[in-house]
Amino acid sequence: MKPLTFTLRQRPEQRLDLSPLVPHLLAGKTAKQIEHIELQTTRVRADVGEIFRVRMGDAEHIRIEGATDRFDRVGEGMTTGEIVVEGDVGVRVGRLMRAGRLTVRGNAGPWAASGMKGGVIEIFGSANDRLGGPLAGEMAGMRGGIVVVRGHAGERAGDRMRRGTIIIEGEAGAYAGSRMIAGTLIVGRKAGPLPGFLMTRGTIVLGSGCSAISPTFMDCGQHELLGNRLLAGFIEPFSKKAASLLQRPLQRLAGDMAVLGKGEIFIGNRN
Amino acid sequence: MRVLTVEGVRIDDTFAEAFGMRATALIITADSARWALQAAQTMTGFATSVIGCGCEAGIDCELAPKQTPDGRPGVRVLLFAVSTAELQKQLQGRVGQCVLPSLGSACFAGIDGEESLRLGNGLRYFGDGWQISKRFGAKHFWRIPVMDGEFVCEAKTGLTKKAVGGGNLIILGRTSKSTRAAAEAAAAAIAKVPDVIAPFPGGIVRSGSKVGSKYKRAPASTNDAFCPTLRGAVKTSLDADTGSVLEIVIDGLTSDAVAAAMRAGIAAIVKLGPKRGATRITAGNYGGKLGPHHYHLKDLVP
Repeated sequence: MKPLTFTLRQRPEQRLDLSPLVPHLLAGKTAKQIEHIELQTTRVRADVGEIFRVRMGDAEHIRIEGATDRFDRVGEGMTTGEIVVEGDVGVRVGRLMRAGRLTVRGNAGPWAASGMKGGVIEIFGSANDRLGGPLAGEMAGMRGGIVVVRGHAGERAGDRMRRGTIIIEGEAGAYAGSRMIAGTLIVGRKAGPLPGFLMTRGTIVLGSGCSAISPTFMDCGQHELLGNRLLAGFIEPFSKKAASLLQRPLQRLAGDMAVLGKGEIFIGNRN
Repeated sequence: MRVLTVEGVRIDDTFAEAFGMRATALIITADSARWALQAAQTMTGFATSVIGCGCEAGIDCELAPKQTPDGRPGVRVLLFAVSTAELQKQLQGRVGQCVLPSLGSACFAGIDGEESLRLGNGLRYFGDGWQISKRFGAKHFWRIPVMDGEFVCEAKTGLTKKAVGGGNLIILGRTSKSTRAAAEAAAAAIAKVPDVIAPFPGGIVRSGSKVGSKYKRAPASTNDAFCPTLRGAVKTSLDADTGSVLEIVIDGLTSDAVAAAMRAGIAAIVKLGPKRGATRITAGNYGGKLGPHHYHLKDLVP
């Protein structure tokens, strides 16, 4: 069936809250009802009909065309179906997502996949700071699901992550995997300084190391572990690059010894 | 009793009586097929009968690297017990004492059941706090540090309540040599059937038993009606030309699997013929009142 398509008329005057445009909230709605949904974040009213040209289709498959970085909260709390975004998105894309598939053919702002619980998010461009991370005051960040970033990620990717898998095919900024509780964070290329800062448990894989490692991470030697092979098998459908990274001996560092110290960083050497 | 004769082998018009059991399956892998098999054999040793061993266990099949979760050579093992609690206890003990110590081993669920049994969820405590939990999609694994690296074990495995234990064939021949040939052919054919095991040594039993004994302490005793040396002394079930009797006991994950195994066994015996193999096939039952599963031999003839 044809997807339900939203095409941007022109760049909006204000930031917009796109969280109502998810499959489970649009299911069964008529074109008129959809066009009356309000998206404004200021006192100036902006409804769907004004911002987008709407082409009706299956609400399980949503397409957003002409997206800009003023689109916040795209796919927030999504529970089913699929959203494809052509262009960039603003903050909190896929936040608290439970299931389904969200694809961004552009860059994502901060807090992408924040507190995500399940499903798959794929970002073809880069993600800004705190990928998967919690908002201020929240105890845990990402709790499940898979995030694949084909480009780079900003600072503190995977902050306070509890479960799930983040794959960054490019580089990561400072403090990748900071305060990780558990889960898996894979950085295909180099990470910035102090990855795994204050992590208690969890796994970080760095394809080609990092600019500085905390002295509270202890070298445990080179190992080719079966667990990494299983991880490679699991992520292969999402990222062949990341999977190939795991099919070789990796340096294992245990830490962060400043806290519990049951986390691990695997470092590959691609040089 | 009406007797059917196929290719010169007499097949009694009787049935094997079998019981419902709880069962589970595991996939054990290692760096080489030899070590996967070693772990599986150690784990399924002393598991011939639920009466004395707590469970009945055996190797279902060997798996190529492509068929296993971790891409290494593996073996599929089946375990059967009379209760979920006993099956859990046997699983935990056998994997913990036989698979965990086996070099390079890993252990995965071999069946998706409606219910589950603890696998790595119990063994993880061996890690003394250094165990690592990893969830990859719907799968949950434990990584337990050991002296040769890490023991990877899936958190749970499936449990089936539809399993059947006690399917059997009793094979009668003129000499011990010919009876053995028939039993070996049947055991080899049954080993190829998926989802079944023949838990006795080499798949064959020579000490078939009857319920009860003249001694108070023994719940079961030798099946005197099938002992050739007692032919004249007891109410025998043997023919004048029977010199040796062997039995094959079959446990399967489903009733259909047990029937398929018995069919394969009968076909192999019939193919060998009465001259080189068995002269007669019968089956053990308790009059049909104890076990819910009845496998009539006449329905299984090739």
